[in-house]
Amino acid sequence: MRGYLLIFLMFTTFLASANTIVVDKHGLVNTLKQGIKMAKPGDTVLLKKGLYKEGNIIINKSIHLVGIDEPILDGEYEHEILTISGKGIFISGIQFQNSGSSSMNDFASIHAVDASHFVIENNTIINSFFGIHIANAHTGIIRNNTIKGNPKNEQNTGNGIHLWQCTNMVIRDNHVEGHRDGIYFEFVTHSSIKNNFSTHNIRYGLHFMFSNNDAYIGNIFRNNGAGVAVMYSQKVIMVKNHFDQNWGSNAYGILLKDISDGQVIGNIFHQNTVGIFLDGTNRMEVHKNTFTANGWSMKVQANCDENTFHHNNFMNNTFDIATNGTRMQNEFYNNYWDKYEGYDMDKDGIGDVAYHPVSLYSMIIEQNPNSLMLMRSFMVTLLDKAEKAIPSLIPENFADQSPRMKALKL
Amino acid sequence: MLKISKYVLYDIARNKVAIAYTLFLLVISLSFFQMEANSGKAVLSLLNVVLIVVPLISLVFSTIHWYNSYEFIELMLTQPISRKKVLLSEFSGIASSLVTAFLIGVGLPVLIYNPDNIGLALIIVGTLLTLSFTSIAFLASVKSKDKSRGIGIALLLWFYFALIYDGLVLMILFSFSDYPMEKITLLLSSLNPIDLGRIYLMLQMDISALMGYTGATYKEFFGSNVGLFYTIGIMFIWIIVPIMLAVRSFNKKDL
Amino acid sequence: MIRLTNINKQFKKLHALKDINIELSKGQAVSLIGPNGSGKTTIIKCILGLVTPNSGQIFFDDININEQVAYRSRIGYMPQIGRYPDNMKIGQLFKMIKNIRDTESKLDEELYYKFKLDTILDKSMRNLSGGTRQKVSAALAFLFDADVLILDEPTAGLDPLSSEILKEKILDEKEKGKLILITSHILSDLEELTTDVLYIQEGKVIFLKSLSDLRQETGEEKLNKAIAWHMKNSMKHDLRYIKIAK
Repeated sequence: MRGYLLIFLMFTTFLASANTIVVDKHGLVNTLKQGIKMAKPGDTVLLKKGLYKEGNIIINKSIHLVGIDEPILDGEYEHEILTISGKGIFISGIQFQNSGSSSMNDFASIHAVDASHFVIENNTIINSFFGIHIANAHTGIIRNNTIKGNPKNEQNTGNGIHLWQCTNMVIRDNHVEGHRDGIYFEFVTHSSIKNNFSTHNIRYGLHFMFSNNDAYIGNIFRNNGAGVAVMYSQKVIMVKNHFDQNWGSNAYGILLKDISDGQVIGNIFHQNTVGIFLDGTNRMEVHKNTFTANGWSMKVQANCDENTFHHNNFMNNTFDIATNGTRMQNEFYNNYWDKYEGYDMDKDGIGDVAYHPVSLYSMIIEQNPNSLMLMRSFMVTLLDKAEKAIPSLIPENFADQSPRMKALKL
Repeated sequence: MLKISKYVLYDIARNKVAIAYTLFLLVISLSFFQMEANSGKAVLSLLNVVLIVVPLISLVFSTIHWYNSYEFIELMLTQPISRKKVLLSEFSGIASSLVTAFLIGVGLPVLIYNPDNIGLALIIVGTLLTLSFTSIAFLASVKSKDKSRGIGIALLLWFYFALIYDGLVLMILFSFSDYPMEKITLLLSSLNPIDLGRIYLMLQMDISALMGYTGATYKEFFGSNVGLFYTIGIMFIWIIVPIMLAVRSFNKKDL
Repeated sequence: MIRLTNINKQFKKLHALKDINIELSKGQAVSLIGPNGSGKTTIIKCILGLVTPNSGQIFFDDININEQVAYRSRIGYMPQIGRYPDNMKIGQLFKMIKNIRDTESKLDEELYYKFKLDTILDKSMRNLSGGTRQKVSAALAFLFDADVLILDEPTAGLDPLSSEILKEKILDEKEKGKLILITSHILSDLEELTTDVLYIQEGKVIFLKSLSDLRQETGEEKLNKAIAWHMKNSMKHDLRYIKIAK
């Protein structure tokens, strides 16, 4: 919020003494480069409708670049299109297309380096290597952009929105599609990702590395190659996101790898191969989430400790939870499990016997994946029932001691 | 042929077992849907009925009916009617009455309470399983001379297809777990109509989990309609081949 | 009309028919005679296609019976023990058979009425006495005015009155020049009804002769005597072999 205020104040002060330069294909100033050259800090450059092929355009002073009727900047598959650095730059309403791609340089449609107090909004970016690439920046807003890549494979496609070494950033209301990672964070702190829609990306819808104290809220991650990955980070808050249809042998709603002290609240996991995959994850709080129609709601690896899972709904999942170990200190309470078959004699809404969310069969599958073929067979049902009666293989302490009888209204 | 089927059907319609079967299914289905607030869970319970009870009843009922209508079959064979016709009429008579019982007992409640693609899959699988196990029962009945042996064989077949077979498959999968088993696993499931029906249902209910499989064969099988067509196709083979073998054997049989 | 060539039939260990060669023609009324278990019923079942021979062929009007089933529409068959669907009623049974045969020729309902089956149409097959069952079987066999009548123990279990009715009917049909094949234990009945005798024993045809030839040969008027003579002769024959063997 403070960032917004700062930027707002910044703009109002600039506007007082600002000039406007119009760039038009048929006008006096007919190239963008010329327009930018003429502009002084605080000026606005209006870019009129048209197709501009000017190679790499560089802005390194605090000006506003505003497109009128979606002018097109074309990189001709050769150049980085727009490079900005410095303070107080504003880019809006432009369509970027066909940026260069290279295995040496991270060519992008919009590249911000050493920038701060900038806004990139209402742009359309198509056919880019990287969409928006921000490095070494702070205090910026990236909002309402539409970024569509033309995915070939993981190697020659960059990320949709890529942030490296940033702080105090806001990424919101963007639509990212067809890149390697939809949104990528590395060494980004104190930033938020809100209401974005990330879909059909080759690898992750959202990829977090070494980024602490961030929040992502209300985003939709649908049908990405491997869902969302949050790795090697601390104090990340994930709230009210949708994780849908992330299918594949290594696809997860969220992959939490070496994560600690975060919260996963009020999210919806629907039709993912695995809802949440926890690996080396500690002290996470997972609550008020809804897991429906997933292959596995969660896979909790043996190296996870002191996580708490409570007040979640687990419904119509093939398996509730799978694990590869037996000794673990994680806590489950007050969840609703639709597979629970216990009773509630005292009518307090809490089942009187514990629920074991790890079935024998899910343990068998961990060892021999081919035996997934026998799912729902009479024999598997008998095995599971036998194990319930005389537990011997499933982790005994992996249990919800107070399962709810009815689903929570979330 | 229709003429004879008409009389077979008429005979079964008067048979109380068929009516009892219909009512039994109806009561079970309705009570599942009444008991469970979540209709998806009721469908899950019905899945076990479809995979276990339907094959059992289809086998036993068809076998008993076959022996009980032996007189009728003999009478028909002294008439200018070919054996193939008599057998196929009997088959279509029994099969259609069992399918009708299933559609009333399970199909109707499912369509009322849970009319989605899973419900529909359940109805398709139940119908195909009824047909294939009736077909298998005919083969077993024609091959075995007396009633008690015929029923014994029917029960054994059920036990084999419903339980033992999957146990064997699990054993095979574990003993050869070091080898690539993709195609073999799919092949093994083709050798049991119950497994085929189960996989067809899995493709509707558990696609999220199935997509977790590694391997190109599985990807193709689960990720597209290949799996659906494959399971349905092989189930049709499980309907057609046993009854055709039964016809062949019946043509040579002495009465 | 019906020709059996080199028919052999083996039931597991029992060699039921051994190289049977016979030809039966129109106008013949043949008594099929032999001790119990000699293969009488098996021959009949072979002709009807209920039993498939291991080797040999059966022709009906020179067409192999394996090739089509239509020939059965020209046979009226009365089984030894009529077995019918239990929960059918007499009326329904007749209706069904008529429906299935779907014949255009005129029905012969003489026996149907003479046995008064029309008065018990609502009786269920399950509750019928053996005699009534036989009546039903007989009425069905004659119903379609078939060219060939195959009657397996037709009078067994019938009361004397019904038995007479049936015999008269058989005679009438014989007069019409049909081929009639009858098995019976009551040789005196056969004597009245038939023109030829087919005698088989242990699956082998001992002889197929006209009744008059048989009488001439044996010098016996009565069929049972004639048969007994033959049996004795064959025994003598056997005894001779035994003596030689010794």
